[in-house]
Amino acid sequence: MSKNLRWKVLVIVGVTALSVWSFYPPDQKVRLGLDLKGGVHLVMRVQTDDALRLETQTTADRLGEQLKTAKIPAGGITVAGPTSFSVAGVPAEQDAAFRAALTEVEVNYDRSSGVGGYVFTLKPNIVVQLREDTVNQALQTIERRVNELGVAEPIVARHSAADQILVQLPGVTDVNRAKEIIRSTALLELKQVEQGPFPDEGSARQAYAGNVPPDLEILPGTLEGAPGQPATTGYYAVRRVAAVTGRDLRNARPTLDENNRPAVSFSLNNDGARKFGIFTQANIGKQLAIVLDGRVQSAPQIQSRIDDEGRITGNFTNQESQDLSLKLRSGALPASLTYLEERTVGPSLGADSVRAGVMSALGGLLLVTLFMLFYYKLSGFNALVSITINLILLLGLMAYVGATMTLPGIAGFILTIGMGVDSNVLIFERIKEELAAGKGVKQAVAAGFDRVLLTILDTHVASLISAAFLFQFGTGPIRGFAMTLTIGLLSNVFTAYFVSRTLFELTLSRRQVAKLSI
Amino acid sequence: MAIFDNANYDFIKWRWHAIALSTLIVLAGLGYGITRGVPLGIDFSGGTIVVVKFEQVVGVEQVRSALAAGMSGENVIQSYGDPANNEILIRVPQMVTEEGAALEQNARAIVDSITKANLGKFEVRSQEIVGPVIGADLQRKGIYATLASLLGITIYIGLRFRFAFALGAIAATLHDVLVTLAFLFFFGYDLSLNVVAAILAITGYSVNDTIVIFDRVRENLKNKRRDSLDTVVNLSVNQTLSRTIITAGTTFLAVLSLFLFGGEVLEGFAFTMLVGIISGTYSTIFIAAAIATVLSGKQAKGRAPATRKAS
Repeated sequence: MSKNLRWKVLVIVGVTALSVWSFYPPDQKVRLGLDLKGGVHLVMRVQTDDALRLETQTTADRLGEQLKTAKIPAGGITVAGPTSFSVAGVPAEQDAAFRAALTEVEVNYDRSSGVGGYVFTLKPNIVVQLREDTVNQALQTIERRVNELGVAEPIVARHSAADQILVQLPGVTDVNRAKEIIRSTALLELKQVEQGPFPDEGSARQAYAGNVPPDLEILPGTLEGAPGQPATTGYYAVRRVAAVTGRDLRNARPTLDENNRPAVSFSLNNDGARKFGIFTQANIGKQLAIVLDGRVQSAPQIQSRIDDEGRITGNFTNQESQDLSLKLRSGALPASLTYLEERTVGPSLGADSVRAGVMSALGGLLLVTLFMLFYYKLSGFNALVSITINLILLLGLMAYVGATMTLPGIAGFILTIGMGVDSNVLIFERIKEELAAGKGVKQAVAAGFDRVLLTILDTHVASLISAAFLFQFGTGPIRGFAMTLTIGLLSNVFTAYFVSRTLFELTLSRRQVAKLSI
Repeated sequence: MAIFDNANYDFIKWRWHAIALSTLIVLAGLGYGITRGVPLGIDFSGGTIVVVKFEQVVGVEQVRSALAAGMSGENVIQSYGDPANNEILIRVPQMVTEEGAALEQNARAIVDSITKANLGKFEVRSQEIVGPVIGADLQRKGIYATLASLLGITIYIGLRFRFAFALGAIAATLHDVLVTLAFLFFFGYDLSLNVVAAILAITGYSVNDTIVIFDRVRENLKNKRRDSLDTVVNLSVNQTLSRTIITAGTTFLAVLSLFLFGGEVLEGFAFTMLVGIISGTYSTIFIAAAIATVLSGKQAKGRAPATRKAS
């Protein structure tokens, strides 16, 4: 064996060993996609309009307060949509004073004159910024919730459109629970109750003669029935501005209330505790509304000053109290979510697919093996070695870059077998031609490989181009296919040309071969 | 051993017949698509698919009547995979209502209806819900990816060979995409994500095949400057014929294994590949080079062959 040849063999053995090391043992090193492992794939849209509307509402409220303090009469402030509100009926003689009050509003809003007043519209760049922030916040919140769920290797990422989020949870079987946990806004607010509960919304409004002051709002709430009776819905008039919100939470955990029913206890951070202490001190004897996502969970009486501990009771099951604590711990979503796409694969189907995929890959390899040995005899064996090394490299590279194996990815494996065969056939047929043209065995083999290299490169580049666009298309399984195909094509250039050629040279170096078995 | 020893068939003579046959198939496919509508899978049309596995034998009709009690609309209910597995697929079209909570209503209704009908124990094997936003998005992406892939390949071949050849290769590839689509329609396969992935893989495969011949044409044009382009092309097709057939055969075998053992999920994918391989091989031999010669002009001689050198 020449020194040159020895090096080549060493490279091949080394690369193969490295690949085996990289993917062995495969059930730990090769990452399976959802379609093989089972799990759920969700695409959702963040309703960023929610966040814009909140911003506009808050700004309008604040301006109202400001005008009140400055004693500027305004006919009415109306929030017209998520990004605009209007102010009507400012007297002409107070126009200058009104404008002076706008400095803060006009940082974010453009002012224009409308019919009998002014219209304020959120500036376009602020809209973009707010939407972006909202999606990012939602993404972080969902990430925290998913992590708390304890799913191995979850994916939480932005999806194709700007306001879409993709969540993949491998191995999750209770899809509805996962969806519920992800979707809940989980906004906790502690507010002061002014009046209530009323049996229906109408009578709540009646208490204010149909004209609820702007700093109050009517919220539905759960009323516990007498023992044995089902809970009913009642309505409370509460302060619009919360004393403390979920933002001031330090922790939340499941607990039991005095009747041994599941509940959630929470503690506040320093800032929240200070605010809550002042608030409860000033309101002893009044009712405190514990509001979750716009619904009053309970409205206990404030007995004494409370600093940093509280408890949410309600008709929770154990699971619900656990899930609620999880959601509170991970923070509220800045906007609501709607689901656009949901795909669930049961674990049994995934296992079946793995079996089917492996079966078809082995079946394909076997059929190809039989044909190659029959048609190309000993040279066919050569091709098989190079194809097998190709598959080993493919697995090794996939494990190394952490690519995900999907069912279409297995199809990519099978196509890689096809590509490997193709390159070998291309070479063999060329060698046959050179032999037929009267060249010696060594020269024919050398000429065969040299002449075909360019063709192999051309065909592989063209295939890589289509694989690249395939990668751009769709998520999950299809990407797995494109990934496998790409890696397979790259490693095939190495195996078909370098490995296969070395094998030939190895055979021919040992002895004088007069006739090639091809 | 060799399949085609010194093959010498006159493929160029048959080019017009081949073009006519292909046009016929493509037109039939297009006609079918236009009159009956392209059968879209839920990936593109939106909708809900639930696959349910029963513990005991349950007929499609039983499931149909169970659903009829609780749900209206045009539902597709069919046995799924190996009949021995007692699996039934239920497909419900997209509801008109917008995205949101309504999205999962259908899937819940299906499971509820089956539970109520008391058909024995069952397990939900998989559940897919695609809303209209995603469906439209994937449609756009699928079309975009296919066109961009074709364009990318055209540019590459245009750079590597003369332009008429790029057109020939792309005509052959487009031909394969259309013929494959036609056969998918004829055999009642829906266009799904997996099928589109297979079609994209076919574009790669088909061009791959064509390039092998073109490479040989380029090589022969250097050596045989006196012969007409038609003769050189025909010679090249013949020289590479064994390779074309063997590669197609072995790839076909590998994909056949996928079709047979790969399970229901990959059936559409494997079928698309099978048709595409046959069409790709046929178009490589009869269409690609034929169009390249027609576009190069009848009088084209071996001189002034490839505009650029091989490297």
